[in-house]
Amino acid sequence: MSTATTTATHDHSHHDHHAPSGVMRWLTTTNHKDIGTMYLTFALVMFLVGGTMILGVRAELFKPGLQLMKPEFFNQLIGVHALVMIFAALMPAATGFANWMLPLQLGAPDMALPRLNNWGFWLLPPAAILLTAPFTLALFGIGDGAVATGWTLYAPLSVQGGIGVDFAIFSVHLLGISSVLGSINIIVTIFNMRAPGMTLFKMPLFAWGWLITAFLLIATIPVLAGAVTMLLTDRHFGTHFFDAAGGGDPILFQHLFWFFGHPEVYILLLPVWGFIPHILSAFSRKPVYGYKAQVYSFWAIGILSVVVWAHHFFTVGMPVPALLYFMYSTMSISLPLAVLFFCWIATMWKGSMSFETPMLFATGWIILFGIGGLTGLVLADVAADAQYHHSYFVVAHFHYTLFAGGIMGIMAGVYFWLPKMTGYMYSEKLGKLHFWMTAIAFNMTFIPQFFLGLAGMPRRIPDYALQFAEFNMISSIAAFILGLSQLILVYNIVSCVRGKGEKAKDNPWEGAQGLEWTLPSPPPYHSFTEQPVVK
Amino acid sequence: MVGKRLRIAVMSLAMGLWSVMAWANYSWNFPTPATPIATDTLHVHNKFMIIAMIIFFVVLGIMIFSIFNHRKDKGFKAATFTGPSTAKQVIWTLAPFALLLYIDFILMGIPAYHSVVMMEDTKNGADMVLKVTGMQWRWQYEYMDGYAKGIKFVSNLATPQDQIDNKAPKGEHYLLEVDEPVILPVNKKVRVILTSNDVIHTWWVPQFGVARDAIPGFLRETWVKIEQPGTYRGQCKELCGKGHGFMPVVVNAVSEDEFKKWADAKRAELATASAGADKTWSKEDLISHGKEVYEKNCAVCHQLDGKGVPPAFPPLAGSKVINGPIFDKDGKLIANSHLDRVLNGKNVMPAWKALLNDVDIASVVTYERNSFGNTMGDMLQPAQVKALR
Amino acid sequence: MATETQHYYVPNPSPYPFILSSGLLLLTSGFVFKMNNFAPGVWMMFLGFLCVLYVLFGWFGKVIGESESGQYREWEDKSFRIAMIVFISSEVAFFAAFFGALFFVRNIGIPELAHFDPSLTPYKGFTAIWPSAGPGGMVLGKLYEVAKFEPMKPLGLPAINTMILLTSGLTVTWAHWGLVKDNRRQLILGLFMTVVLGISFLLCQAYEYHHAYTEMGLTLGTGAYGATFFMLTGFHGFHVLLGTIMLTVILLRSINGHFKPNHHFAFEGVAWYWHFVDVVWLLLFVLVYWL
Repeated sequence: MSTATTTATHDHSHHDHHAPSGVMRWLTTTNHKDIGTMYLTFALVMFLVGGTMILGVRAELFKPGLQLMKPEFFNQLIGVHALVMIFAALMPAATGFANWMLPLQLGAPDMALPRLNNWGFWLLPPAAILLTAPFTLALFGIGDGAVATGWTLYAPLSVQGGIGVDFAIFSVHLLGISSVLGSINIIVTIFNMRAPGMTLFKMPLFAWGWLITAFLLIATIPVLAGAVTMLLTDRHFGTHFFDAAGGGDPILFQHLFWFFGHPEVYILLLPVWGFIPHILSAFSRKPVYGYKAQVYSFWAIGILSVVVWAHHFFTVGMPVPALLYFMYSTMSISLPLAVLFFCWIATMWKGSMSFETPMLFATGWIILFGIGGLTGLVLADVAADAQYHHSYFVVAHFHYTLFAGGIMGIMAGVYFWLPKMTGYMYSEKLGKLHFWMTAIAFNMTFIPQFFLGLAGMPRRIPDYALQFAEFNMISSIAAFILGLSQLILVYNIVSCVRGKGEKAKDNPWEGAQGLEWTLPSPPPYHSFTEQPVVK
Repeated sequence: MVGKRLRIAVMSLAMGLWSVMAWANYSWNFPTPATPIATDTLHVHNKFMIIAMIIFFVVLGIMIFSIFNHRKDKGFKAATFTGPSTAKQVIWTLAPFALLLYIDFILMGIPAYHSVVMMEDTKNGADMVLKVTGMQWRWQYEYMDGYAKGIKFVSNLATPQDQIDNKAPKGEHYLLEVDEPVILPVNKKVRVILTSNDVIHTWWVPQFGVARDAIPGFLRETWVKIEQPGTYRGQCKELCGKGHGFMPVVVNAVSEDEFKKWADAKRAELATASAGADKTWSKEDLISHGKEVYEKNCAVCHQLDGKGVPPAFPPLAGSKVINGPIFDKDGKLIANSHLDRVLNGKNVMPAWKALLNDVDIASVVTYERNSFGNTMGDMLQPAQVKALR
Repeated sequence: MATETQHYYVPNPSPYPFILSSGLLLLTSGFVFKMNNFAPGVWMMFLGFLCVLYVLFGWFGKVIGESESGQYREWEDKSFRIAMIVFISSEVAFFAAFFGALFFVRNIGIPELAHFDPSLTPYKGFTAIWPSAGPGGMVLGKLYEVAKFEPMKPLGLPAINTMILLTSGLTVTWAHWGLVKDNRRQLILGLFMTVVLGISFLLCQAYEYHHAYTEMGLTLGTGAYGATFFMLTGFHGFHVLLGTIMLTVILLRSINGHFKPNHHFAFEGVAWYWHFVDVVWLLLFVLVYWL
């Protein structure tokens, strides 16, 4: 996306006398659009990196027996895939949109703290290096590769692990600092930078989604930082947080991890829930249904998300009252979620719909995320969870929430805002092709995994019994189709950035509402230096 | 023409898939339950799945109706409502909320409650106690009471490495077979105590509907009451390192009589094995027995050729530890010597004295000192190991 | 919220964030190398530390310059205030993780270890008495033996430290009153006293640690008690150190005539931080030393 905004850099305002060009522009920028572009580019690159890793895994799982790699390497791939996808693809993509769009949607001149904003971004590449460098170091005989404990880093496996765990710990620290900085910036921007007349309840839902995301990040990321710090001291400084001999408890790590880990799911999803209603509204040519109900549901889900964490480890054995509490509280998340689903569908209902690519993604997203949500509801049941837990059923479930609910939502956003950000239209034909390829291949990859899980295939195994062979083969083939389809996305983005295709109008979508559509496409380098007044 | 060709392509693809599926032993749901918990779990699961599918298809139906009818290209004019305005609409809006409240806490919540209580009721009416210890990457079973009290053995993956490496055709129970399955009597409530020696493992047999973590330093429990004799297979379900996919659980459920017979035979076998410690073994016997022990227990990490996987799993070929003395001139065990490592472990290396008998340890040490190009030429007698216990 | 004519100060491009991130990459990867005994680790850490130090001076220097040249008005000031509150909230969450760990091992983990089925327990004779260093046993192939240790007592040094920190909370507030009244002497004296109190707290803490290690047998490795005690008080002490450094900067700036009665966010931000450190200590005193 490097040239996307260079065409729009003429409007240098009062204090921007000598903006550096070339690489230095990106290293030193304080502009929210530049930083947003960097976040989005980083997310796309890491999405491809993480995807390539998992294709290695799927290739190994194509048939029984060990074909391509040793189990040690397999374990590294699955863990780093998850960390990369969550922390380096999904979260930066959402943050990138926040950087690009929040100032435009709120009528702000920029993000509130531009230099911190830039630091927030530039912490990500070092974090990604820390995470993946051990792969390379192992080739030179330093250490035994990347973190091989899965992304959950459960002690004591992670206490036993090699140098990769240390790198992962510090990677998590840097990612954590980055997230906290990003959250601070977003909270301040939302509270302090809105245009006159833009009350909180006039904000786009995207801002609401991000506000609650930011609160969740502030409350939970430091807890993860604390947990991995304890892990570090257990590994190298002789503490006994996570072993029974010293009076510690391995389950303590799981509590701390999932106190962060469960809200993390909503951290990934809330920004998407924020902009999907606006996409639905734009292509239904009809206002968002139940705006306030959606805001209250966001809050309800945000609050519930920090009190349900232990449903991720029912099988460790807990007292019955604890099991029941975590089961029922988890089930109650479905209530506000039902309100959201209702509002999304009601937004479409009796609209005048057309199905351009963003709308296709948004509609597909509702259906597929629905599957993720409903399987989540059955997972809450403690007794049946003994079967689902750590089986492929769970793998399929969270890919329905995080790939369909997260990544496909982000793709809807990409197609929705790409004309605004670059000033050019993508190819509608290729966009639609991308959607159908993604949706079909995604289902072909993960529906078999539900059945694999029910039949008893544990997750995170490099080799499996013969009865799982057929479904794994289908899943692997589909995964490669899914992976290759993403090249269409890359092509679409690159051609928009390079200015191929039609020029985009200020508002390329007939029904899109919001301040960002009042600006030219692409918007000037500094927008809203004079704040608009919202009535 | 294109349409026809497409149709043929789709049909042949579908038929191809169908033929793959037709001979496959795939399954679409939980395996046949073998315990009360599994039966209960299956019922709860089926019920919840049906509810979830009804919700899904109803909502999908509404969406599809809307997608096909409320379209711009059909000239449908958009409505302008932004929220419920009349009392009737408010009720309609609250309906899904109320429905879900009912589903969550009554329709699903009440059976779920009973299942949980049943699942956690491990102690009442338990007939026997089985202790299961997870370790990288095998299970140890110990009968804590009853007829088989005191019997203790380790259960290893029995699938040969050649099958895993695709050098030999895979057997029927590939990766789900062990050298020594745990034997349990049918229709007895068995209280299963779980713990671990190193990292967290999960003992899971899908047909029992039971999965519980084995946590180092802690005791956790669950129970099984197997209703039909048979062989039940499962796997470790918590990532526990490189051998995570290679530590199956196999349970043989037999009648009470057969269980007693097995216990007698097993006890006799263990007695013979420990008696073996008192006789003097020949070097050849030690090496040939040691090779078996090595391949079963040590090859996972140190590899069949003794080359290891450095740096995590050091090579045995040419190792300084192995090519060094075991006893000092007073006959005392040297710290960090070959035998000390094997008996007491270090870091990832487990303390084998808890898992292997004297003959096994003496044999495997002798084997390692005389294989992989190591030419120490000496041997270790089981009696020497016994003396160190 | 802004009126229409206001301009928000958007700073020029700045190299500091990038240098800082590079410095942190060097610092962290160097630390990993050092812990795993690879040679260049220390040098990487040193280089990284230099980068961080350079940025600290450069970036804060720049911000101080911008502040003193009047770039920050009410609108920007409000941003900084919200940001500081959110930042301190994240610090609260960080400490909550360690307090949570303390709660968990003390009230859930250790009682569980002590109350296993008596016929099966591997820990015969182990009772759930806090402070506890655990029952001892094997940890991933290493034997951990419980050594005798003497737990911390609330009276004595910790009580004195509580007094010191509470007093420093008062002196910083007194300094603030001075600033608001434009009484520079009171401002500088108040800040000076706060810094001195901060340093004396740190010295007491260092003495306490020394005493614990050399005479009480209490170390980081003393089971769950040692781990939670040293990690909680250690991270708190680290925050006191940071707070003292920040207060020193504010003191030097005050001596140089910075801050106005109606415009002194840096002072207030640091004062808030100091109060936060104060409150954490009170929790520590009650939950770690006393109960």
